[in-house]
Amino acid sequence: MSRDFLNKRVKELKPSGIRRFFDLIIGRDDVISLGVGEPDFPVPWRIREEMIYSLERGITSYTSNYGLLELREAIAEYYKKFGVETTYENVLVTTGVSEGIDLALRAIINPGDRVLIPEPTYVSYEPLAYISGAEVIKIPTTPDFKLTYEMLLKFKNQKIKALILNYPNNPTGVSYRRKELEEIADAVIELDCVVISDEIYGELSYNFKHLSIASLSGMEDRTIILNGFSKGFAMTGLRIGFAIAPDDILDGMLKIHQYSMLCAPITAQIGALEALKNGEEELERMRSEYIRRRNFFVKRLRNVFDVTMPDGAFYIFPNISETGLSSEEFAEKLLLSKSVAVVPGNAFGDCGEGYIRCAYAVSIEKLKEASDRIIEFVESL
Amino acid sequence: MHITPLYIIQSRKKLKSFNSFIISVTKLNTEIEILKILENNARISNKEIADMLNISVEEVEKTIEKLEKEGVILKYKTLIDWEKVGAEEVYAIIDVRVNLTREKGYDDIAKRIAKFPEVHTVRLVSGDYDFQVVVKGKSLKDISFFVADKISTIPEVRDTVTHFLLRTYKEEGVLMFKDEEDRRLAIVP
Repeated sequence: MSRDFLNKRVKELKPSGIRRFFDLIIGRDDVISLGVGEPDFPVPWRIREEMIYSLERGITSYTSNYGLLELREAIAEYYKKFGVETTYENVLVTTGVSEGIDLALRAIINPGDRVLIPEPTYVSYEPLAYISGAEVIKIPTTPDFKLTYEMLLKFKNQKIKALILNYPNNPTGVSYRRKELEEIADAVIELDCVVISDEIYGELSYNFKHLSIASLSGMEDRTIILNGFSKGFAMTGLRIGFAIAPDDILDGMLKIHQYSMLCAPITAQIGALEALKNGEEELERMRSEYIRRRNFFVKRLRNVFDVTMPDGAFYIFPNISETGLSSEEFAEKLLLSKSVAVVPGNAFGDCGEGYIRCAYAVSIEKLKEASDRIIEFVESL
Repeated sequence: MHITPLYIIQSRKKLKSFNSFIISVTKLNTEIEILKILENNARISNKEIADMLNISVEEVEKTIEKLEKEGVILKYKTLIDWEKVGAEEVYAIIDVRVNLTREKGYDDIAKRIAKFPEVHTVRLVSGDYDFQVVVKGKSLKDISFFVADKISTIPEVRDTVTHFLLRTYKEEGVLMFKDEEDRRLAIVP
């Protein structure tokens, strides 16, 4: 028998629940996919143009491990928008938020440290926390998907190291107002833990202005802000994001980043700088389009489902349990009979069972067709 | 449009006028939102507009009616790529320089030019010449004669330069070519 070379924890990781659906869709071109968690807009042209020009001038070297100074300064300035006063010294440019999550977790977790993850949750937090050696504790947040003071306080004196917060949320679209964030912050201070705050959808907050939890009193020294350019500025494939963290944590993250990533790609950094300098108008244009799509799609789906109007991101997370089907059965039957792809809610944690995630990052025309098909499907059950 | 936060308002009187300010701002926003949608797609139904803005169909109908009456909405047009149906049409952009007199100002001359059905667009512009006139015709000859006979002969017109239009790449904010496609994977977490 050959030797088993795999890491034990890696071996134990479950493959992503989304994978199977991906295989079902391959090779079919009649499918309207509401399963795509990224903007349907390409990178705004002025950003692309700036990157092309930088390549023409031969700007292709490594940058500082931290990222370009000018970009870090621009990011520090930019985050005032979300209530945070910081300087470039606390900013690290990362290869997307995905790297940021990994860095944050590895920088703070000792084997066995406990990490709280509210569910439904974006798919990568739990596996990354697990690989970093953490013990993951999930907090179900149904029915309104909001984390509260009471839910958190149950973990008092249980040696919680970190809470991962993601708002506006993928997959639910839920976000938090100042008052709700203050309650979460109070609990976090009582638990004496760190918050890893994934604010990648911060620009896509529609009902109120996004506020970073790091801006609240007592949170500055215990919050790792993660954000990036993928969603708001439609720069997904460029893989560019950033972390803002207290000195000691940022130093820790930098150490891992400098040995594992070295630096984020310079071309993407230049694009990100252009986005912050001149991208506001394009951002607004995309934002208003998402709002129209959200209103339109929620209204349509309310004919057959109980749907809450999401606060942000580009997802709706309707409850489909009245159909009597499980999330996976629903998604699979919908795909096979009506050629509409959605993601079963249980891909985002056990408490997502009974829900589906529909991304409205597609044109109104497609949303119209997709909602017609979904309604037909539900009525045929 | 950002609305000033409420907390800066202290006296009741101010609050009252602020509330009516908010109402008028919301109304203006609705008008602008409707116009933006129609500008992009004039054939969209009132129901769809209502759904997109999360307002009632009646409000959409009333607002559009008001905007039409006020002359904010002038006309509903269709952007057509005539080349695709093989239509033989020629466009030319004419730079027109004029001499102003006490009796004839820009408006008088512009109106005279604009009334010809062959004239597609008339704009007063800054720079080396005064009017930019777009003329539509069946052939190069057709347009050349039109300019010679009808525009150059206007007493105030000093001279003209004709540029025949060879190809349009972008019109009314719409790209007339397609070189990008959706390359996203079908399912992305």
